[in-house]
Amino acid sequence: MNDIALVIPEITLLCFGCAVLLLEAFCGKQKPQASFWCSMLGGIVVLALLASYVPESARFGFAGTFRVDVVGTVLKSFMVVLVLLSFFYAREYYAKREQPHGEHYSLAMFATLGMLILVSANSLLTIYLGLELLSLSLYAMVATQRDSPIASEAAMKYFVLGALASGMLLYGMSFLYGVTGTLDLSELLIKVSVAEDKRLLLTFALVFLLVGISFKLGIVPFHMWVPDVYHGAATPITQFIGTAPKIAAFGMAMRLLVDGLWGLAEDWQQMLVILSVLSMAIGNIVAIAQSNLKRMLAYSTIAHMGYLLLGMLSATASGYAASMFYVTVYALMTMGAFGLIVLLVSRNQENDELQDFAGLARRSPWFAFMMLIMMFALAGVPPFAGFWAKWFVLKEVVQADYVWLATLAVIFSLIGAFYYLRVVKLMYFDEPLRTQAIEASQDLKLVLSVNGLAVLALGIAPSALMSVCVSATLPYLPW
Amino acid sequence: MQLDLPLLSLVIWLPILGGLWVILAGARRDGTARVTALLISLATFVISLLLWQGFDTTTANMQFVERMAWIETFKVDYHLGIDGISLPLILLTTFTTILVVGAGWEVIEDRINQYMGAFLILEGLMIGVFCSLDALLFYFFWEAMLIPMFLIIGMWGGPRRVYATLKFFLYTFLGSVLMLVALLYLYRQTGSFDLGEMQAVALTATEQKLIFIAFLLAFAVKVPMWPVHTWLPDAHVEAPTGGSVVLAAIMLKMGGYGFIRFSLPITPDAALALDSFMIALSLIAIVYISFVALVQQDMKKLIAYSSVSHMGFVTLGLFMMFDIYAVTSDWQDAAMGIEGAMVQMISHGFISGALFLCVGVMYDRLHSRQISDYGGVVNSMPKFASFMLLFAMANAGLPATSGFVGEFIVILSAYKANFWYAFLAATTLITGAAYTLWMYKRVVFGDIRNPKVAAMSDVSGREAAILGALAVMVLLLGIWPAPLLDMMHVSVEHLVQQLAQSKLSVANL
Repeated sequence: MNDIALVIPEITLLCFGCAVLLLEAFCGKQKPQASFWCSMLGGIVVLALLASYVPESARFGFAGTFRVDVVGTVLKSFMVVLVLLSFFYAREYYAKREQPHGEHYSLAMFATLGMLILVSANSLLTIYLGLELLSLSLYAMVATQRDSPIASEAAMKYFVLGALASGMLLYGMSFLYGVTGTLDLSELLIKVSVAEDKRLLLTFALVFLLVGISFKLGIVPFHMWVPDVYHGAATPITQFIGTAPKIAAFGMAMRLLVDGLWGLAEDWQQMLVILSVLSMAIGNIVAIAQSNLKRMLAYSTIAHMGYLLLGMLSATASGYAASMFYVTVYALMTMGAFGLIVLLVSRNQENDELQDFAGLARRSPWFAFMMLIMMFALAGVPPFAGFWAKWFVLKEVVQADYVWLATLAVIFSLIGAFYYLRVVKLMYFDEPLRTQAIEASQDLKLVLSVNGLAVLALGIAPSALMSVCVSATLPYLPW
Repeated sequence: MQLDLPLLSLVIWLPILGGLWVILAGARRDGTARVTALLISLATFVISLLLWQGFDTTTANMQFVERMAWIETFKVDYHLGIDGISLPLILLTTFTTILVVGAGWEVIEDRINQYMGAFLILEGLMIGVFCSLDALLFYFFWEAMLIPMFLIIGMWGGPRRVYATLKFFLYTFLGSVLMLVALLYLYRQTGSFDLGEMQAVALTATEQKLIFIAFLLAFAVKVPMWPVHTWLPDAHVEAPTGGSVVLAAIMLKMGGYGFIRFSLPITPDAALALDSFMIALSLIAIVYISFVALVQQDMKKLIAYSSVSHMGFVTLGLFMMFDIYAVTSDWQDAAMGIEGAMVQMISHGFISGALFLCVGVMYDRLHSRQISDYGGVVNSMPKFASFMLLFAMANAGLPATSGFVGEFIVILSAYKANFWYAFLAATTLITGAAYTLWMYKRVVFGDIRNPKVAAMSDVSGREAAILGALAVMVLLLGIWPAPLLDMMHVSVEHLVQQLAQSKLSVANL
């Protein structure tokens, strides 16, 4: 009974996911909005359930394979909020493109379930379970645009590379099991720190685990899928992939590296430094060459994930808080940026080329301003939330005595500023190619405005979210 | 007498919120945007006068202090306060913004509400830079300020505006991000972003040098010092008149202010160690850039280069003090150089602002900035010609104008340090006169060669009022600079005392 109580939010989500599936199958034609509202309801109920039970210290269930703690619950709540937000954008997109879309919600809800499990995992098997549920749902989501050749290509690429990465992860896990004889992360923590004589084997396993994590986050050199999938998938699906699953991947990295393999911190710190520098460099530099906004944002994601690693590699509790803050703010900004692409979508066209944004300030000053907020926020310029995200991770890197790394990171963010500014330049300094006003529903306008103003508000008053992140990660004091 | 209002917060947030309101409300009716913007800028100016009136010139302590927690977890405070160094710059900012709003009155037709709003927001952010006593708050305003300026140059600028504004943004951003790393390092040493604590913390020689260089990049780009000045001529030429005025009159001063507030007090030993380097850069700016200004064909470019040269006096005045002390062993003498630098900053704010407005007045009529397109302007615009003569003379450093006071103080104290510093700095009296007056001669005097010049109408009442206000300030500061000197004297003395104490002995323990 106690075990079941711990997973009530997950069970509820599963029920709602199945309900949406059935609803779509039986009355999707008559009531096209039904699945949207059912998913919204499900999300809100899950959110309420998550909020209703926040344990003081970590609670374990199902023979130690499932873990409920503060950081997990906070991450889950962020993810569910982002998923709900993305549903508004998705509904608008499909309405504009006049496509049926019931399966989007059910697949997204199963993916969300995978994320929740992933974040709560306390065993290598649970991690794998959550990860596969998440990934398979995402592969299917990308493939739903079956008439589009680039979407099919993206889905294929995503699936094959994703399967490879999962294989790597499993391989690493099998080594860990071979050395320590346990799958449980709490036991692993103890056994790894005493198994000095098997250090080499453990490090070997760690490398494979990091490949899996890097693939999920989209870190160089395991980033090859990111641009193609971001470009190929329909915009709301890209938006979905680019937001909540990043938080889940961060949760997975925390569980594996900190909860399980803290004993190898010295090793993974070094590896993360290399991965992070590569990501910041390749992501920021290659993004300059892109002419498609979705592709550009894909490379920007790669760069941002490099910054995310900066917080983790400092291997302190406040470093994890910094990464957590970073990934949350990042998801919010990316949500808005893709939201603007959804705004521009027309019946026959995606309108996701950079040129489509030319002169947006004349066609729609308010939404151009929202995009301006997102771009400056992603570039890390105050007074927007993105600045604090960068500031926070840089602060932790400097505290951890990596001043050179912080200097490198800011130089790359300078390079990154250029391509974000180019979007602002297109919107504000260039003449529009088309002059007709932009059509969008009131809902979308409201959601976009809330999204943009939230990024501004978090930039002016970041204190609350920061202290949530800090207090959630407080138990992660270095041993 | 003292009202119990958070005056500093008001003077920062009134223009920012007012600017947002102008943008949002003006989207429907453009006509009201101008009047609202003018009223807001006037109100801000009045508040800044209240600050002046309530200011105590006998203490070096921070005044009008406001402090509350901003990010409690990391001891970041919303901490404001002013001393005699920031107050004159705040007054300069609020004064200039009124003129800028006036200067854009009829000239800007496209998206006037956004234009006015952007300048008001910019004003608030710039004042925020001058008031911040928390390093992170300072950085927050310092960076945020780039956004409105980026948009102003890019939206209302000339043909190569995109190139110019991107160059401006990226150049400044480069300096700033390195400053951020330096600030984070200081935070690591002090555990707080409080400026006072950063100034008090002991640092080793290597640490100081690295921090000094990081700060130097940020501030040298803003000043701008040779050789990182190349963004300025581009930005000035392409910016609309108002943008040029704000850039020259206020934004450049932030570099000087940054040196005074951060570089000197936080890393005094590095400043001592690297002072000959800084003096060399300043003298190169003064001498070499003057010659560059001499050959310019574009009026705005000429004034931009003259700005770089004049700002050389500011950095010279700031970094000479150790040399002066070495010679005279009197910190009073050393303080004089810094005071000269401060006067030069304020005076340059008025003069360069005025000259850019003059070019703007002519540009509005002829739509050219090339010197060769003009000639004989005095015949069609006699009133304008006399205003411009005054500003040209002030730029050349004529006694009884403000340009003379700052340069004279700096040259005088340079003489105490080293004869050759004074000699090289004094060449500006010749070259400055040469490039300014030669331009004036070619533009204003002579026969009318271009028929369009003959058709130019003299200054309107609005333009005369703006130029008149600046003329009064230039003369006032030139004839009677005492109020300005009084305002900052105690604060500068305090700064010099801070600098007199090495941080090394403590750090090595």
